Amino acid sequence: MFDYTFQWKQVLARLPKMLDGAMVTMEVAVLSMLIGIVLAIVLTVMRRSGSRPLAAFATTWVEVARNTPALFQIYMAHFGIASFGIHFSPFTSLLIGITFNNAGYLAENFRGALKAIPETQTRAGRSLGMTSSQSFRFIILPQMLRIAFLPMTNQMVWAILMTSLGVTVGMNTDLYGVTQDLNALTFRTFELFAIAGVIFYIITKVITLGARLAAARLFRY
Amino acid sequence: MFDTTLSLTDVIFLAKGAGITILVTAISVVIGTVLGILFGIIRVQLGAVLAAPLTFFLDIFRSVPLLIQLVLANAFMGMVLQLQLSGFFVACMVLSLYTAAYCAEIVRGGIDAVPKTTRRAARSLGMSWGQDMRHIVLPLATRVALPSWIGLALGVMKDSALVYVVQVTELLKSTQILITRLQEPLFLLLICGAFYFIISFPLARFGGYLEKRWSND
Repeated sequence: MFDYTFQWKQVLARLPKMLDGAMVTMEVAVLSMLIGIVLAIVLTVMRRSGSRPLAAFATTWVEVARNTPALFQIYMAHFGIASFGIHFSPFTSLLIGITFNNAGYLAENFRGALKAIPETQTRAGRSLGMTSSQSFRFIILPQMLRIAFLPMTNQMVWAILMTSLGVTVGMNTDLYGVTQDLNALTFRTFELFAIAGVIFYIITKVITLGARLAAARLFRY
Repeated sequence: MFDTTLSLTDVIFLAKGAGITILVTAISVVIGTVLGILFGIIRVQLGAVLAAPLTFFLDIFRSVPLLIQLVLANAFMGMVLQLQLSGFFVACMVLSLYTAAYCAEIVRGGIDAVPKTTRRAARSLGMSWGQDMRHIVLPLATRVALPSWIGLALGVMKDSALVYVVQVTELLKSTQILITRLQEPLFLLLICGAFYFIISFPLARFGGYLEKRWSND
């Protein structure tokens, strides 16, 4: 039954290549997260703005991002937008897809976080002479980011996992893409993907633990 | 844009893909939920230290990309164990465990949300552990867990788009096959996206409504 011999040595020799891939994976995830947070804040402000078209736009974004597969969103960024004559590189398509997804989920998290901040705080800010944008920026926003810190960590992990979908649009520099290419060369499917899985596991654990430590330090009061 | 070459056969092809998506999701959610409830209860009963191996095992499914889980399971079953399994079987197996990992977390959260004092009260009234679980914990935990569970089931439906990697032609893969042939990516992708959206959106709203209605305040 077990006439399969594991060849870890041969595969481990390719580890440096895979670690380079892991760096690209991190790069995509971090970029998509940073842009995603900014966009999510913009979407949150749009939904609160009281302007119907703006709120409708933001709500549509959030609902589409949350109710369709991430893979669909990446396809849309790559093949869908291409029908308008705009062709993105796999890296850009992947980044757009994940960022779109991140922004949608984060905006929903932010909305939940805002519910926990009493409306009276904005009014207190206003009566102290702050403009409404000042009271949002200096009073509401920091608290919102703080309350949404844990969901943001989860989203970061999701972003890391989602980078593996880039392979479907031809990305071959990220961890999954590199592994796929090595697999085509060596056919050690199980060993290669097992190692890729371990690298992904370590990355997500480091992020979760790092975020927990950061939270303990940032939110002492 | 609506001047399309999409024929009836193609629509049936897409519908078949949609059927596979729903079938894979349904099977995985049912098996995953049963396993998840089991794992969740075991974790709560054993406590953090004794349940550590189980926690670690389940954590893997939440920390490694689903795509890799599918490829690994397929390679393990096919190349290492030399079993001739269909891609459909492997897809359902991996997705079930994936669902179970998240479901166990939800179940644990639900059980933890039942106040300890309430359960002690039940036990001191002479209820057995099983009675306490059935009549006290189950109804109270469901209120907390059901909205998240709806979210999980929808998440699994969206993630089932990845089973193409084990040669299962679900909705998104069928769409892609048609795109290659018809060269109308935007139109076809919009149909495919609309399908996911139409199923997911009302259920997600319903989950949100339940969450609001059942929240204790």
